[in-house]
Amino acid sequence: MKPVNAAGSETANRNRLPRDAAKKRAVFLRGARDGVSIGLGYFAVSFALGIAARNAGMTAFQGFLMSWLGMASAGEYAAITVIAAGASYLEMALVSLIANARYLLMSFALSQRLSPETGIGHRLAIGYSVTDELFGIAVAQPKPLSPLYSYGSYAVTIPMWAAGTALGVVMGNVLPVRVVSALSVALFGMFIAVIIPPARKNRVVLLFVALSFLASFLLSRLPVTAALSSGTRTIILTVALAAAAAAFFPVGDDEEGSA
Amino acid sequence: MSHNVYIYLLVMFAVVYAIRVLPLTLVRKPIQNRFIRSFLYYVPYVTLAVMTFPAIVDATQSPIAGAAALALGILLAWCGAGLFPVAVSCCLIVLVLEWFLV
Repeated sequence: MKPVNAAGSETANRNRLPRDAAKKRAVFLRGARDGVSIGLGYFAVSFALGIAARNAGMTAFQGFLMSWLGMASAGEYAAITVIAAGASYLEMALVSLIANARYLLMSFALSQRLSPETGIGHRLAIGYSVTDELFGIAVAQPKPLSPLYSYGSYAVTIPMWAAGTALGVVMGNVLPVRVVSALSVALFGMFIAVIIPPARKNRVVLLFVALSFLASFLLSRLPVTAALSSGTRTIILTVALAAAAAAFFPVGDDEEGSA
Repeated sequence: MSHNVYIYLLVMFAVVYAIRVLPLTLVRKPIQNRFIRSFLYYVPYVTLAVMTFPAIVDATQSPIAGAAALALGILLAWCGAGLFPVAVSCCLIVLVLEWFLV
């Protein structure tokens, strides 16, 4: 009896280990598959980002590096404006803080989705590429979120995002001015697609999007504030308007869920 | 005073990585302060709106084409179009309008 039992449990152990590995691989592949469609969209947008980087005098390698490290459309666009203006490193830090502040919120949300036993190494790795879209598919996964799912999505999207920027820098030179001009609005189109749906659902967001447009236009045209860099104007307006919105229209738990 | 692009990128990375990783590693409980929660909620919309206008109008060769892209983008997004269709439509309307305007 005993040897049979031992043999039996040994077989079970031997079976369980490969099955665990297969399950992990399946989760990774699911993340990679979900990452493909996001990666295609990323490629197009980061191509436009590359054109903006080229206009700021950056090389293809610098564009590639920026995207590989940054993984953020608005954040990298803001970084390009700082580089183009030759502003201070402090301004780069502040602009990056403001333009990427929303990832802080997403990171908070993700921290609630991981199993409490998730180690520090996994937490450091998942944090690398918290973006609107990758956050979106991660929170759509059953709780607790498996780090492998995120790694699968990152493995596809990060190279595509970085390659798109590098290609934008290179191709921006050979494309006709007409096409470059058209592609330069792709990034803004994506920003619009991010802010308009919540503005439609939430009157306060709609009001503050409109106020942001108006205030941003005024500050870019008024003599004193027009002399400031666009990054500085973005910081001033974001802090002022978001603080005003928070003070006059504090949000409840229900609204935050859709953020 | 000239600046080094690689130091700019390093500063950008340090800040954006800290933003992304600090809550994941340090915070296990939800934030209680209602003002900070509300502020964080509004920040993305305000900052993206500020960066979009008037920059979109200044980005194109003809400001009219940029303005048209803004209007079309808002309309399509309002009707529920996703990120990619909106971005492509904005590009196309600029391409078509500048064919006549520039």
